[in-house]
Amino acid sequence: MTEPTIYELSSPGRIGVEFPRPDVPLTPFPVALLREELPLPELSEVDVIRHFTALSRMNYSIDTGLYPLGSCTMKYNPKINEETARLPGFVHTHPLQPEDTVQGNLALMFQLQEFLKEISGFTAVCLEPAAGAQGELVGVMIIRAYHRWRGDEKRVKMLIPDSAHGTNPASSAMSGFEVVPVPSDASGNVDLNALKSLCDETVAGLMLTNPNTLGLFDENVLKVIETVHAAGGLVYGDGANLNALLGIARPGDLGFDVMHFNLHKTFSTPHGGGGPGSGPVGVAKHLAEFLPTPVVKIIEEGSDELPPLYGFDHPKQTIGRVKSFYGQFGMIVRAFTYIRMHGPDGLKKVSEYAVLNANYLLSKLQGAYVAPYKRICMHEFVLEGCWDDAPEIHALDVAKRLMDYRFHPPTNYFPLIVHEALMIEPTETESMQTLDAFADALLKIAEEAHHQPELLKEAPHDTPVSRLDEVKAAKDLVLCCWLPEDY
Amino acid sequence: MFIPHTQAETEAMLETVGVKSLADLFKDVPQKYRFPKLDLPDALTEMEALGELKEYAEANESVDSLACFLGAGAYNHYIPAAVDSLLRRSEFYTAYTPYQPEISQGTLQAIFEFQSLIANLTGMEVANASHYDGATATAEAGVMAYHHFRGKRGKILVSEAIHPQYREVLCTYLCGYADLHVESGSSKQNPLATPDSLIPQIDADTALVLVQYPDFFGRVFDLSPLARKTHEAGALLGVIANPTSLGLFKAPGEFGADIVVGEGQPLGIPLSFGGPYLGYFATRKEFARKISGRLAGETVDGQGRKGYVLTLTAREQHIRREKATSNICTNQGLMALAATIYLSLLGKQGFKQVASLCYQKAHYAAGKLNRLKGFKVDQTIPFFHEFVLHCPKPVTQINDMLLDQGFLGGYDLSKDFTTLKNQMLVAVTEMNTKDEIDALVETLAEVPND
Amino acid sequence: MTIQPNLKYTNSDEWVAVDGKIATLGVSDYAQGQLSDIVFVEVNGAVGEMIQKKATVATIESVKAAADVISPVSGKVVAVNEGLSNTPEQVNSDPYGAAWLLKIEMSNPAELDNLMDAKAYEKYCNDRSH
Repeated sequence: MTEPTIYELSSPGRIGVEFPRPDVPLTPFPVALLREELPLPELSEVDVIRHFTALSRMNYSIDTGLYPLGSCTMKYNPKINEETARLPGFVHTHPLQPEDTVQGNLALMFQLQEFLKEISGFTAVCLEPAAGAQGELVGVMIIRAYHRWRGDEKRVKMLIPDSAHGTNPASSAMSGFEVVPVPSDASGNVDLNALKSLCDETVAGLMLTNPNTLGLFDENVLKVIETVHAAGGLVYGDGANLNALLGIARPGDLGFDVMHFNLHKTFSTPHGGGGPGSGPVGVAKHLAEFLPTPVVKIIEEGSDELPPLYGFDHPKQTIGRVKSFYGQFGMIVRAFTYIRMHGPDGLKKVSEYAVLNANYLLSKLQGAYVAPYKRICMHEFVLEGCWDDAPEIHALDVAKRLMDYRFHPPTNYFPLIVHEALMIEPTETESMQTLDAFADALLKIAEEAHHQPELLKEAPHDTPVSRLDEVKAAKDLVLCCWLPEDY
Repeated sequence: MFIPHTQAETEAMLETVGVKSLADLFKDVPQKYRFPKLDLPDALTEMEALGELKEYAEANESVDSLACFLGAGAYNHYIPAAVDSLLRRSEFYTAYTPYQPEISQGTLQAIFEFQSLIANLTGMEVANASHYDGATATAEAGVMAYHHFRGKRGKILVSEAIHPQYREVLCTYLCGYADLHVESGSSKQNPLATPDSLIPQIDADTALVLVQYPDFFGRVFDLSPLARKTHEAGALLGVIANPTSLGLFKAPGEFGADIVVGEGQPLGIPLSFGGPYLGYFATRKEFARKISGRLAGETVDGQGRKGYVLTLTAREQHIRREKATSNICTNQGLMALAATIYLSLLGKQGFKQVASLCYQKAHYAAGKLNRLKGFKVDQTIPFFHEFVLHCPKPVTQINDMLLDQGFLGGYDLSKDFTTLKNQMLVAVTEMNTKDEIDALVETLAEVPND
Repeated sequence: MTIQPNLKYTNSDEWVAVDGKIATLGVSDYAQGQLSDIVFVEVNGAVGEMIQKKATVATIESVKAAADVISPVSGKVVAVNEGLSNTPEQVNSDPYGAAWLLKIEMSNPAELDNLMDAKAYEKYCNDRSH
């Protein structure tokens, strides 16, 4: 089932959307500066609608089925968010309008800052970073700026657990830190002794995901944070797994100094096939002045008759601007809507059920699959996607076979410390029936792995395309469907 | 709310897990900090939430009621109805990143088409699946140039005439690199100097020369002399290009750009108070392996059918970790789809129509404003859809007056450039009618210029 | 997994063939097996360039991983295998022969003393395997 590309559908002279003739007297063009060819395709509106509709039907999505992707929190994306984000009063505001003409936007941003502070226990929040990875970069930059400001140039190392997401070491390296891995112990916690021996005055900080990527709440989290603080370092929290902590524990209370949020995970904004996300950053009091610029603040307090006057503020030791304008405003509106519809009790329920769903699945699967950590998990857990007595089967084959059962595979090969890892996070919006069906599929696949392995090896069978040649893609490197010189 | 479990199901599940209550699942959380009471307003139903959000939205003024002459990096263009109609298909917007290509061919092919359109528009050979916005794409151009020379060249030479926010973001990103510095064109006292004024500062230590096209002040220059000099010194030329202008003007690839980046918001993405927007990044095929961000590549499946996958993923953070050249993970997927749909709908003719309308209306406005007493527009240098309007009074005062009359005035350049007092950057697009432009001119004619 | 008996090996899976003052570098059969199908090879050193021990002299990419090749010796680059970039799969098919990466004129041959011989390397690989 192949859908032609827009270039293959193109027909010279076709146009989809036309514009009026100029209603002003014409000015000649500077001919020498004009391009001669404009190599864009030519399609009618019907062509475009049918083409992209056909493409959409080749996609799996949350609205199609479960995505048990560990650390992605693929929860249901509420449709009301799409309505509120599209209100013309939001969509048609220009970012550079005078502040007193966008008080609605500023009030909403201020409120979301306040909500995120309350949820996380931090003192200050900046909504600007565009995604989790950018939020992490900001967090690491804040740590570096803080030590520099204290006059401490010796702290060149960032400690990162071996279970960490790849963006953690990448963000650290981008900020000029030397990345030092910290091992995990047999129970899946940060190895406290190893940590103690690594903490000295050359350590700027520790990047900690808690619950970690194994889905486990670190049993020694308070000691871990204390150890780093005692050595003069700061602790960065990767908020990707916040879905387990809403109303359960606040990272700020536990002692984290800085954390990023993923609005497109915990707060239900849609993944969009790869973004846009949104990665606000929260900090403890001593780091508030280092946040990116700008943040929203109240310029004039309100009264009985008047609402407060909101405006932008520039933190005094800001690390600088990290993107144009103010952040992913459309996602900010969606996250705000989500939090208003849940309230404090609803948010706690989100985490309670995210954790219940994960433990329920773990209970059903840990017989047929090796579960390296036999503890109550948080919102996600890890299994090994392989068996000693089925040596040709890898986690990849299990993943591909799941597609034949109409499920998206879990996260594969991450975290790196579990062999042939399958990381599973159902989220709270999946019903018991969906979880039962998913567990049944995985149990059947475990059976097949032992008795009919070719079903896994040749999977998927029922998808628009079967396994694709990734070696050919990387070697031949065809990244464009049409370049003028080719024709 | 969105949690489907009934009381009976909850109990059954707790039993399967082997705990008595939901609270028992959280024993690992230190008791002192367990179950904090969150001081948040109580939950609203959907109906109430919509009502509340409407109040926030209605507390704004917008370009629905104001005639917009403001650009400076975000432009009020017409978005055809078909764009949002397709974006709202939940198979697109509730889909995850296409790591499992067999069930993500829709997303992957759309990315592949986006890459092709951007490459064609910019005259380059490859483009990636997007960055967060034009500013971060610009920063990534700096990072790529740095890695290309393996740290042996330490200077990024940046024209004064690029978007001030882009310069800020570039600096924020590059300060982690000990052996790299950002140097501004020495025309600091004269930000309106031409791109060729950068030439004396290009040397053997220059990794990247960065200019904007049209520049921040709307002007279009022939950049081939600059490109030549840059290449003679062995450096790379980076061009920040407004995509709409490329419907008319020479593609940067034609005059020798090595990297072309920019803001894709004008391509079917609403103003939306600054986000989500769309950074694009295009370059030559020889640099394909050095690009950060996602890339969709064409290949075949086991049955020889054509398909698409994310490729060169070994460069990315989830594999290279600290050796990755960038940390980007989530990009702006849905916005790239919007741009792909927009360009497909307009096509060769429609896109040229939009660009021409912007040009014509801007020149009409510039001509009329230049004839007003106390105002001046320099029309000697070619421009696209933005121009600098010299005003008889501070821009803040003029804009206050315009706002009262229902206009959103241009950008106050004195905010970023101390030598550009009383100068306003005016933008005109296909959305501004002749009547609106005439009304703007009439209103400004009332400005006393004692 | 094959090991060439007359080569020296590093614990990051590079092999070194020594001929007088010239050291030829490549990656071992174990390395190519770990990386799987190689799609790209980039040699960073240019002929005439001086490199220090521990410098990254090449990058090898497969679909699932990218690995840096570290030089165990210091010296001057005297030859680079230019053809390899067109046929990266040779790293998989002939890691000790056609897929040599570069030749270095050693400035300090004593640096070779730290390397493993074939037997030691074989044990090292066996100990590592899961």
